[in-house]
Amino acid sequence: MPALRPSSKEPLWREEFSIFTADERYVGRRQMTKFLTLTSLSMFAGNLWLLARSILSKHDTAYPAAAVAKVGEIPVGGVKLFQYAGEQCILVRIGEGSYAAYSQKCTHLSCSVYYAREKDRLECPCHERYFSVRDGSVLEGPPTRPLPKVTLEQRGSDLVAVGMSGGEG
Amino acid sequence: MLKSPNTPAQGRGLTAIDGVITLIVILLIVQVWLLSATLAAYLAGHRASVLPAAAVSGLIFAGCAALYGFVEGIDRRARR
Repeated sequence: MPALRPSSKEPLWREEFSIFTADERYVGRRQMTKFLTLTSLSMFAGNLWLLARSILSKHDTAYPAAAVAKVGEIPVGGVKLFQYAGEQCILVRIGEGSYAAYSQKCTHLSCSVYYAREKDRLECPCHERYFSVRDGSVLEGPPTRPLPKVTLEQRGSDLVAVGMSGGEG
Repeated sequence: MLKSPNTPAQGRGLTAIDGVITLIVILLIVQVWLLSATLAAYLAGHRASVLPAAAVSGLIFAGCAALYGFVEGIDRRARR
């Protein structure tokens, strides 16, 4: 019976699995380079995503009137969270007939601020930043911008948000 | 017929690829820093830096892609 094997000095297993160490090194490095390039692409995609969000959010400048609470609904020193113009906001009753409302996003890294009643200030728990509950200004910490303030109007028994201002450097 | 492994040309090619990988890693470190800095600036409301950062990130990616093409070329030549 004639031999089917080609006349080669190499053993059969080497012909079947013709992978040399040097070739394998090439493949490994090429795959590594491809992986690193794809990682670079994902970083670029992240930057593009930020750019897209930045462009799209520029168009959200309309501030419709929206009832956010009833007068007397929350006690003095109490808070109510509400959504306004796509932002999570916090309403604080700072006196008998006095209310203040701000965007709940800290101007440092966008963590949610909360009202610390005993210290009468808005605090960001992420990096210990403090804002005045009276006007939203920075009391302590690196943020240079005040909290964006929601303009409130009393219409009958309703507290109505009619705009948002501040928060710029 | 199988090619003989570990020729001097292949050795030079591997060295070149190692150099390219080092360059890409350096570019990636810069790109990761750029993305984190841009994210921090964006969250702090400084939107002006987002566009130039995206442009620089795109340039870095183009550089990485070019280096990857270079590696593919070396690989093709070395296996010929």
